Amino acid sequence: MPTAMDIYKLLPKKNCGECKFPTCLAFAMQLANQKVALEACPYVSPEAKAALEESGAPPIRLVTIGTGELAVKIGDETQLFRHDKTFYHPTMLGFVADDADGLDAMKASIAAAQSMSFERVGQMVRVDSVALRHSTGRPEDFLEAVKTAAGGKLPMVLMAEDPKVMGDAVAVCADKRPLLYRATPQSIDSMIALAKACCFPLVLGGASNLDELAQMADKAKKAGVSDLVLEPAASNASSMLENLTIVRRAAVKKKFRPLGFPTISVLGNSESDLMKAALGVMKYSSIVLLRDVPREFLFPLMALRQNIFTDPQVPIQVKAGLYTIGEPTEESPVLFTTNFSLTYFTVRADVEKSKVPVWLLVVDTDGQSVMTAFAAGKLTPESVAKSVETEKVKEKSKRNAIVIPGMVSRMSGKLNELTGLKIVVGPRESSGLPKMLKSIGP
Amino acid sequence: MAFESPKERYPGRIREVVVGATRDQGGTRRARAVAGGSSGLQFHRFDAEMPNRPLVAMDVIDTVRVVPEHLLSSIGPVVKEPVEWAKKVDREWGADICVLKLQSANPEEENRSVEECVSLVTEVIKSTTIPLIVYGCGFEEKDSKLMEAVSNAGKGERLFLGMAEEKAFKSVAAASMSNGHGIVAFSNLDINLAKQMNILLLDFGVKPENILMDPLMAALGMGLEYSYSVIERLRLAALMGDSVLQMPIICDCSCAWAAPEALEEDSARGKPEIRGVFWEAITAYAAVVAGADAVIMRHPQAVSKLKASIADLRGGA
Ligand code: B12
Ligand code: SF4
Repeated sequence: MPTAMDIYKLLPKKNCGECKFPTCLAFAMQLANQKVALEACPYVSPEAKAALEESGAPPIRLVTIGTGELAVKIGDETQLFRHDKTFYHPTMLGFVADDADGLDAMKASIAAAQSMSFERVGQMVRVDSVALRHSTGRPEDFLEAVKTAAGGKLPMVLMAEDPKVMGDAVAVCADKRPLLYRATPQSIDSMIALAKACCFPLVLGGASNLDELAQMADKAKKAGVSDLVLEPAASNASSMLENLTIVRRAAVKKKFRPLGFPTISVLGNSESDLMKAALGVMKYSSIVLLRDVPREFLFPLMALRQNIFTDPQVPIQVKAGLYTIGEPTEESPVLFTTNFSLTYFTVRADVEKSKVPVWLLVVDTDGQSVMTAFAAGKLTPESVAKSVETEKVKEKSKRNAIVIPGMVSRMSGKLNELTGLKIVVGPRESSGLPKMLKSIGP
Repeated sequence: MAFESPKERYPGRIREVVVGATRDQGGTRRARAVAGGSSGLQFHRFDAEMPNRPLVAMDVIDTVRVVPEHLLSSIGPVVKEPVEWAKKVDREWGADICVLKLQSANPEEENRSVEECVSLVTEVIKSTTIPLIVYGCGFEEKDSKLMEAVSNAGKGERLFLGMAEEKAFKSVAAASMSNGHGIVAFSNLDINLAKQMNILLLDFGVKPENILMDPLMAALGMGLEYSYSVIERLRLAALMGDSVLQMPIICDCSCAWAAPEALEEDSARGKPEIRGVFWEAITAYAAVVAGADAVIMRHPQAVSKLKASIADLRGGA
């Protein structure tokens, strides 16, 4: 944010009071604290207005791709290291369908992208976009594929170097807000014109160095296209890391505006590209495009993305309380666990495998795992007993017993004393629960 | 506005720590392994020097009970034979270091005797030519005798012994010092605890060039983000000049195989074995990108993926 002095310099300095403040400086101070709106001064010049909006903007522009519930927001990051605060907008992952492979293969890739969604620790994770590329194939196939993809919900990336083909593609998905890939130093003028006409975000790439890329961004901005995505050169993982790091640093630390945009890494599906995708997730790619890649890789990649983009201050957690799995009755067993999402969902999945209905008491541990919470004193016989009390566990199940995680067998005696419940020490890993639950029966 | 690429220079540097000793140095290893030495963030060669690439160690466990089924089949029958397993680590899978984990000494489980364990160590030393790290079973009383004997058996080899923990480090530290070995300093996902552990060892008389830090690697999906950030913070603190934290970082990424998601049966997530390999490779990749100077891994395919990525991150060098 600009300081009061920065703002003051740009005001008309008439001290006329029409803004309801006696002086321009007083008004500037209110503006800096975001207490008033710039519009209150009738005399600010358009240039000053633009300059102030610019200096108040986030270091990396927020860009939205797609429309509707699956639209993806990228950019608006403020940190180089997640521990300094957090990373806000997870890397958008997409599959590329290339017309070099023919229409059928393109349709298969589109379908693959659409079907790749998983539930993990209570969140839906998915391939969140589909990219259609015109390379050496027939433009008709490309357009047909664009139409097919436009029929789905996933945000799209249109990849064509020829402005004419791009224009035709834009026309088929005019209400989809696709990302246009890409303007190169050769095609920049016509691509800017196209992006300006449809108001879609545009990738800038093909520059020989970051200086040239910054100049391209400047040019696009001056022409009125500000929803930009940068593609710095990345011939190998080394240059990918270097360029993405420098772009992030320039934007965040130096507030260098021409590089203050989200970034994209376009990869294939070679062994090294798969690992580069993981690098992009960790080191500053806002978008990673891959060819149709194996599920065996995709799922861990998505887990990595979830991990890296978790807020370091707040573990992903669930609400504490008494949960049901299946339709438990008074005869069903009671188990307890913690409210760390990873713990809760792991236990839940294992219980579900047993097909035995249970009451699952989720104890509030500030989102910590069983052992972490136990070591930190956040999971104690007292806290469990209190939870048993408030959730009226003894009214729900008449078995008068509770199954506890094997790792905290040490709390058995005390917990029994506090609750009067019989303590059944469960397996150390919840994967042992199906076997155990089947043996103790409903 | 002309663009000037913003570079970072740091006042500090990570120490170089040498594992293993060649014949010239009184040991029998064919080469030594050097960890650390960077004066910038890992792979940021546009900022600073990075003389040594991260080391890739592979573990050998002396009891199959802790090895998942899937690995038994993919690594092959050698997992039942630690000496054969170590030979493969050395000759076939291209590890820089072999980490021998003496878990069978655990008094609450197999409770193998110190003599038996040490004869295995001696055999592994004889049958391999890469530097070795040897871990005890984690039970202080047993490990104090075990590590002393291992230290003697490996005299001259410049082994690294582990693990030193806040509440149990004196006997391992003494064992490492008595024969010029090194030590692995364990701490629990906390930069202050890591520092505390190093201070305890330094006060005890261990030389800084004999310490590798293990800040606990949590596997992908199992709290990896905590480790990632702790490693980054440790590395930054060291580069900013905190000399007590300038020891190289070693991360045990074989923990990936204990993450239930790595190997669970779920056809929507593909074949468990292939997924498991990625699980370990990505865990280790995150460790080195965050700043680890050495990783410990288990699956040869995950190792080759990681090694290729490290080469790629060094510009193919
Ligand atoms: C990530 C992590 C952290 C994160 C916290 C993550 C979180 N949100 O909880 C952070 C960095 C904050 C952390 C901190 C600490 N940690 Co910690 N941490 C871990 C780590 C690496 C993974 C934990 C995890 O997420 N496990 C996954 C979940 C799913 O496991 P879980 O909850 O135990 O659930 C399993 C079982 O318990 C069982 N289960 C669960 N519920 C139920 C219910 C029933 C009925 C049954 C039968 C079974 C069952 O099944 C589940 C799946 O197998 C472990 C080491 C490891 N690799 O496990 C150490 C670990 C748990 N931490 C440990 C310690 C000591 C700490 C600290 C006290 C250290 C410190 N720095 O001061 C602090 C305490 C925090 C505080 N002061 O508030 C120790 C615990 C040692 C002990 N034996 O008591 C561990 C084991 C590491 C170690 N080897 O020393 N930690
Ligand atoms: S209205 Fe504008 S010119 Fe007049 S005092 Fe306020 S800020 Fe200054």
